[in-house]
Amino acid sequence: MSGVLVILEHRAFAQGSVTVPRVTLEALAAGVHLAQQLAIPCSAALIGDGLNDVLASPAFGPVRNVGLAQLLAVEHELLASYTADGFSIALHQLIASLAPEFVVFPHTYQVRDYAPALAARFGQSLVSDAIAIRIESGLPVFVRQLFQGRLNADYRMAASSRTPVPTFVSIQAGAFRAESLDAAAASAQPPQIEAFTPKLTSAQIRTVPAAPFRESSRSVDLTTASVIVAAGRGIGEQANVALIQSLAEALGAEMAASRPICDAGWLPMERQVGSSGQTVTPKLYLAIGISGAIQHLVGMKGSKTVIAINRDPSAPIFEIADYGVAGDLFEIVPALTEAILTTKAQ
Amino acid sequence: MAGMKILVAMRQVPERDAPLAIAADAKWIEGSALSYTTNEPDAYALEEALRLKDSLGPASGEVIALTAGPEGAASVLRDALARGADRALHIVTPASPQQHDPLAVAQLLAAAIRGESPDLILAGLQSDDLGLGQTGVILAELLGIPHTTLVLHVEAISSGIRVKRELEDGWFQYVEMPLPALVTIQSGGNQLRYATLMGIKKARSKEVRTIDAASFGLQGTAASAELARVFVPEKQRETRMLTGTAAEVAAKLVDVLRNEVRVL
Repeated sequence: MSGVLVILEHRAFAQGSVTVPRVTLEALAAGVHLAQQLAIPCSAALIGDGLNDVLASPAFGPVRNVGLAQLLAVEHELLASYTADGFSIALHQLIASLAPEFVVFPHTYQVRDYAPALAARFGQSLVSDAIAIRIESGLPVFVRQLFQGRLNADYRMAASSRTPVPTFVSIQAGAFRAESLDAAAASAQPPQIEAFTPKLTSAQIRTVPAAPFRESSRSVDLTTASVIVAAGRGIGEQANVALIQSLAEALGAEMAASRPICDAGWLPMERQVGSSGQTVTPKLYLAIGISGAIQHLVGMKGSKTVIAINRDPSAPIFEIADYGVAGDLFEIVPALTEAILTTKAQ
Repeated sequence: MAGMKILVAMRQVPERDAPLAIAADAKWIEGSALSYTTNEPDAYALEEALRLKDSLGPASGEVIALTAGPEGAASVLRDALARGADRALHIVTPASPQQHDPLAVAQLLAAAIRGESPDLILAGLQSDDLGLGQTGVILAELLGIPHTTLVLHVEAISSGIRVKRELEDGWFQYVEMPLPALVTIQSGGNQLRYATLMGIKKARSKEVRTIDAASFGLQGTAASAELARVFVPEKQRETRMLTGTAAEVAAKLVDVLRNEVRVL
């Protein structure tokens, strides 16, 4: 086919409803964009079992209407629950049969689990967590982050690499706009859904996954908070949580934290913002001692206003902050708390 | 089960707060003046290996630390030995050109591991420098053994191991696997132990075997897309930096909170 193949993910719920995660639509937008730029066809595939109803569901409307050359249902009873073995084997067969030039994934925890093994079967590694794609001299250049977002890098293709060996790319959440699919949809003809049945035996699947669970029902819902004060590694030690707490109380804000703070047990896990915690969109996000690793940024970059206080002026948090203070939080935070209390008392 | 032979794949990376300067050819960073440390998720992988060994009874089993890197990367192994690893393997690579393809790194690791036949291989889920998050998974693929990623805890069961895997948005999952297997470890599952004075002393008598990477005679990889240029990211938002003494900055912030963000 020599085009772009986008690997989709979905969530199915007991009562029969289906959702398409936003990051899947964003990866599809990236795939469509790449195919348009190179004037090659774009197709997509979903993996699982009993997918006809899923692909026909309203949630898949944007996928059906985007003008795909092929929409493939990779189906097998052994693919009903995710395993790295099952997905790698099934997709290896699909890709060998379609021979796409590019395979595009959403950069999810599931993709991180199997895509590197899949790419290795083709003698490739994955250009993982890409944040942008541009075309230079007819060849795509993929941009990804290094050093936790402090630097970026271009990953360039050699002209000779536009061959039957595919290039594997995963797309970071928020890097492409899912809304752009609606615009592309206007005159598109929905493709026939084509079934692809991989050869798979139960002996090939070596891991036994149990059902996903949550540790406890979440008692803190940060997603509805309008003001959040969040602490990061820069606060140094547990005793300094009180400093941040006083500021949060003065502002009437919810407390949140980046992963290292929750890992250390200084704040409960349910106050964690980021890819493994909650995704928040408050009116104000006040980030204190947070350097801004990408895993944290994906959870808060939708905030209306971001204020960052951090010792290191080159910290990535300042890339997305509206207001920044490069300085000592142990001096600035108490002064700020006092100034807020004074203002409120007036 | 009785003792387990556990191998931990580790990587040396620049310190988290190290000032980064882009190299003259823009292919990587200026490395000579940097201070280096153990990649954080790899330190958690070592911790999990040591705990697992302890849980299976003293004096049984073995924890082996492994790295592929230039000569200086040996300090990662010495630190691992001081924390309790029993011995170490160092695949010595040239200092330059830097090896940035995880498939090539995994091929080196696989070549060294084949002679060891460990029951279990642990690796950090990703590196703090490249952040590709692939070496462990590719290594499992090359060795033909099952893997699970983003794991917080590993326990031994009669049929192999049971691991607690982190999913997105606060969800978790248990996965059972036969041995030999590979698991990539997420940070934060345990508190890291420090190297004790006794540990540092003992480490001096522990074996670090060095292997020249060239001795494996690997052909290298043909990556379709390669790291071509490192650059400073463009700002996504216009940031107004507020400066002055703590009191002056506080006053400016209160003004912003009151008149622009309107939360006061």
